[in-house]
Amino acid sequence: MAPPGYTARPGCWPVGGALAHESAALHVSGRALYTDDMPELQGTLHAALGLARVAHGRVRSLDLGPVLAAPGVHSVISAADIPGTNDCGPVLHDDPILAPGLVQFYGQPLFALAASTHEAARRAARLARVDYEPLPALLDVDAALAAQSWVLPPVELRQGDIESALARAPRRLAGAARLGGQEHFYLEGQVAYALPGENDTLHLHCSTQHPSEMQQMLAHALGWRAHQVSVECRRMGGAFGGKESQSAQVACVCALLAVRTQRPVKLRLDRDDDMTITGKRHDFWFDYEAGFDETGLLLGLRLTLASRCGFSADLSGPVNDRALFHVDNAYFLDALALRSLRCKTHTVSNTAFRGFGGPQGMFVIETVMDDIARALDRDPLAVRRVNFYGSDPTGPRNTTHYGMSVEDNVIPALVDQLARDCRYEERRAAVVAFNANSTHLKRGLALTPVKFGISFTATHYNQAGALVHIYTDGTVLVSHGGTEMGQGLHTKVAQVVAGEFGLPMDDVRVASTDTTRVPNTSATAASAGTDLNGKAAQQASAAIRARLAEFAARGWGVEPSTVGFRDGQVYCAGRTESFRALVARAYRARLKLWESGFYATPKIHYDPKTMRGRPFYYFTYGAAAAEVAIDTLTGEHQVLRVDLLQDVGRSINPAIDIGQTEGGFIQGMGWLTTEELWWRPDGPEAGRLMTHSPSTYKIPTASDCPERMNVSLYDNRNAEDSIHRSKAVGEPPLMLAFSVFFALREAVAAALGPGCRPGLDAPATPEAILRAIARGRDPVEGETPAP
Amino acid sequence: MDRPVQFYFRGEIRRLSAPPPTRTVLQWLREDLRQTGTKEGCAEGDCGACMVVLGDLQDGRLRLRAINACIRLLPTLDRMALFTVEDLADFAGGALHPVQAALVDCHGSQCGFCTPGFVMSLWVLYETQPQCPTRAQVTDTLSGNLCRCTGYRPIIEAARRAYESPRQPWASAAVVDALRELQRLPALSYASPAGRYTAPRSLEALDAACREEPQARLLSGSTDIGLWITKHLRTFEAIIHVGAVEALREIRSDAAGLVIGAGASLAESFAALCAQEPGWEELARRFASVPIRNAGTLGGNVANGSPIGDGLPGLIALGATVVLRRAGQERELPMEDFYLGYQRNALTPGEYLRCVRVPAPPHGLRQVFATYKVSRRQDQDIAAVCAAFCLRLEADGRIAHARMAFGGMDATARRAAATEAALLGELWCEATLARAQAALAADYRPLTDLRASSAYRQAVAVNLLRRFWLQQDPAAALRLSDLRPVEA
Repeated sequence: MAPPGYTARPGCWPVGGALAHESAALHVSGRALYTDDMPELQGTLHAALGLARVAHGRVRSLDLGPVLAAPGVHSVISAADIPGTNDCGPVLHDDPILAPGLVQFYGQPLFALAASTHEAARRAARLARVDYEPLPALLDVDAALAAQSWVLPPVELRQGDIESALARAPRRLAGAARLGGQEHFYLEGQVAYALPGENDTLHLHCSTQHPSEMQQMLAHALGWRAHQVSVECRRMGGAFGGKESQSAQVACVCALLAVRTQRPVKLRLDRDDDMTITGKRHDFWFDYEAGFDETGLLLGLRLTLASRCGFSADLSGPVNDRALFHVDNAYFLDALALRSLRCKTHTVSNTAFRGFGGPQGMFVIETVMDDIARALDRDPLAVRRVNFYGSDPTGPRNTTHYGMSVEDNVIPALVDQLARDCRYEERRAAVVAFNANSTHLKRGLALTPVKFGISFTATHYNQAGALVHIYTDGTVLVSHGGTEMGQGLHTKVAQVVAGEFGLPMDDVRVASTDTTRVPNTSATAASAGTDLNGKAAQQASAAIRARLAEFAARGWGVEPSTVGFRDGQVYCAGRTESFRALVARAYRARLKLWESGFYATPKIHYDPKTMRGRPFYYFTYGAAAAEVAIDTLTGEHQVLRVDLLQDVGRSINPAIDIGQTEGGFIQGMGWLTTEELWWRPDGPEAGRLMTHSPSTYKIPTASDCPERMNVSLYDNRNAEDSIHRSKAVGEPPLMLAFSVFFALREAVAAALGPGCRPGLDAPATPEAILRAIARGRDPVEGETPAP
Repeated sequence: MDRPVQFYFRGEIRRLSAPPPTRTVLQWLREDLRQTGTKEGCAEGDCGACMVVLGDLQDGRLRLRAINACIRLLPTLDRMALFTVEDLADFAGGALHPVQAALVDCHGSQCGFCTPGFVMSLWVLYETQPQCPTRAQVTDTLSGNLCRCTGYRPIIEAARRAYESPRQPWASAAVVDALRELQRLPALSYASPAGRYTAPRSLEALDAACREEPQARLLSGSTDIGLWITKHLRTFEAIIHVGAVEALREIRSDAAGLVIGAGASLAESFAALCAQEPGWEELARRFASVPIRNAGTLGGNVANGSPIGDGLPGLIALGATVVLRRAGQERELPMEDFYLGYQRNALTPGEYLRCVRVPAPPHGLRQVFATYKVSRRQDQDIAAVCAAFCLRLEADGRIAHARMAFGGMDATARRAAATEAALLGELWCEATLARAQAALAADYRPLTDLRASSAYRQAVAVNLLRRFWLQQDPAAALRLSDLRPVEA
């Protein structure tokens, strides 16, 4: 079943096939093993964490006696018991595994223990007697801004002459908005299982996107060297960025207790603990001043973005950098002044989450576009179109604010196609007509574009390795550095390898990700898993295939280049031999049947000091149109129809790419509508996250999926030499959900009438929508157009 | 007279001697049996990764219901059948069951962790509904299953695709036979080192158990008590499970009105409430989720008396009463008098909720009744505000009777006295509405919490009264759920 817009290519099957996820049959039958499902070794202990009950304070005394005395408890550790470095920060060393006396957020782990059962461990973890000396806590961006509290220094980026651009602009506008954070809510919580080995070694099974970093962290925490530790991950039950750096604390505690007790130790976080102690998507506050002309063309933009980073740096530097790189989205900005404030707060340290700051940056510019359109009383799509990058790579409107040329801009054509297919103009007229006759219900329709940069902005992460084994029976086992979190990476890599050898998918298996097979891997992140690991696996496979072709050609007396591999057969000039038979012969002839592959993304470079260069290999594009309705009595809304058009280059697996597209869209929609994080603002539990479970934190359910949802892939080919000319797809579709938010803004504007500013904060909860209507009717200072 | 807990599982009757009464079904499956297809996602009945299916006999026929294993206590499986995702391969002769195959075909799994839970919800749908369900039936069935990867479209599609392949027959006769055999067992009562567990079968036996252990924790569907156990790690010296008392499950309707036994499930209770008064329908669909409505009881919702208990405003508005029983003696209270304060009610030690009575509307007056729930999410969310309005109108439009109650506005669900007074005896018209809305603003001083601010709750409560007014005019009564996309 090929999705709309997709044209299959002959010749490299199974590449391009809409094949099921390699574990689909295991998933549906409950036989797919996640870390907590693995058979437990005899003597396995279960760990739990003891959490602090203050947002900011010094521990005056920590009495762990009752914990140790609790039934079933074998061992209790606190910061002082860590033999190596008490740190699990991925960039700076400011992220203690166990808080060493200073508590910096409510729920920060203070100690850990291992007990005979999971339940015994959880019970014991609540028995510590802790006395705190409370310290003043900064709980949100506002408080941090007032106190000038930064986790990393402010960053500025300037392009062109902003002062004169604003001064010359015929129209000017200022605005501000808030954008909430987001909990990953992977269905499988954080979990690790540590197995101590002989001679000071340890093997760790872990639900992590970053086995190599876990290996390093464990070695540091234990005071060991890297070759003593190995980390393995077969699959994760979802991750979304939440198991990139955030798996480290669980992994380290588990390993520390395992080495201390010399017993296998498992640490599986209860959902509430997981949501309390792991970082989330950064929430942002931003304000802007824009200069533009009567067509809506942006002439100058001054922007301040402030994000809640939490108590430590974690990945906040690169997350905020990516926000800056994406404040252009699909629009050319020639005069720009950006200021990025990385706020330190006494809350959990925020982290990677699908889009990695990009969505927050893009949200800002989309807000600006929407505000400009309303100031001019124009269709927001018309204003967006006026500002698109040009389609001529050498033209004057094609360089980003960080100095990278946009070489393959398909946004104008892609948006035209979507607008045509979803009948944007006609439906916009119908929405206006409906609103004119409806008092309490208002509709909104919006079409928003997405341009997302692909590559890690830290250039050195853009490398990958793979190891391809052909066994003597002709079956293939592939190991690579990427991890499987549901995104279908293993399926795509298997397709690439099967394609190289002309083998059916059944003959190719992908092994678990293991630091003993492929070392020094990068996180499976930045949407780049297939781009990097697919290329590495392809390279390894191609080397073996070349050897086999040469071997076959020698025997058959033909040129190696004329030997083909297809349908499990090797053939040339009318002769065929099964792949299996050829491999068996090659083995007896002592031919090397395995190979490693390595890939480093070409062309990219970037200077973090000047913030200029080509941080991205290419861009992935997309656009979405959403029609919504709001109830102005309650602020509730309904998404009535969405049309998604996603560029994935030449798809390796259109079924998986469609899945990423619609799944990312719904996840983004949740972020911008129902998902709201709420910390106690005051009182003895100030700073405590109260939305710490699914009963209080609301991700979309099946009934939130719009009944009319049209999803298509845009017919395109990566201009760069990516794996089979495909494009990365993990993160970009999340931002398709902007269409829903800006349609809601349109509906709020309809409720307010012409000339009003819909000051809608995200998430657009019923309360936020009702507040925006009330606010728009009675505009507050700072939200009126600048003089 | 201790006997083992006995239930049908994996083709045979399992006998468990004195399991800890608070051991959950999920702990037993995953930790004791290492049957790991059923997952833990939240341990509070909200995500559905732990979905299993219970079978029991109703009127001699097999009834299947999806429930959350994470908050279901193991001994409450007594005399029932338990099915998990691992069973489906057996039912399909070792192959994938049609609902599983459809999920594969539709690319309905990504990370796969939630998938077994979805499979079980869809399997119940498949077994209980022979015809291909509507989209709304599918999304309702899945209201207790969260997926973070797929965005649900392929899962919804798979639910219906399963009906395209040849129907998979399921030989359930052996299950029915086993359940019949299990029905012959005496009542379950045992002591374990972790506490005592008693599951009486009759009101008299329940009376006796309550007299014997007035401090015992009464347990029904464990959709709330389950969380005390999994989240707060509470323990109980003794548990009296009321789920086996036949008389408590009775639902009866006659000229006087409706009687809903305290042990009737939320699903059964709402079906009866909707039949009596269609104004319940919106709330019935949005109350929690299918597995919670299967396991939880209306009596539990009432006795628990949470300020955000969604069943309460409607019952109070309809003038429901509660019948309380102790040692064979029964007394009846108006529902609003049952609540004394935040999580405090009129039950005395050893007394329990016997049933809820909902009076039939009087003849001669037109009754207008509606319930509204406002929350961040449509399905399976806790209300920021829940409202119920009941007016009875004279032929001339005068309001002869006005009762309304709100949840989420105070420490208990309670009536809006000033608003009712502003309405009573007046013509039901725009001017009266305005006066009532003004009065409503004075009726409550709601709190700000994670679900909503005080100001929002106040504003919405006032607006919901307007919605109720608008409901009279079909054009103005249009709701979000009535809308379809515009046509170009």
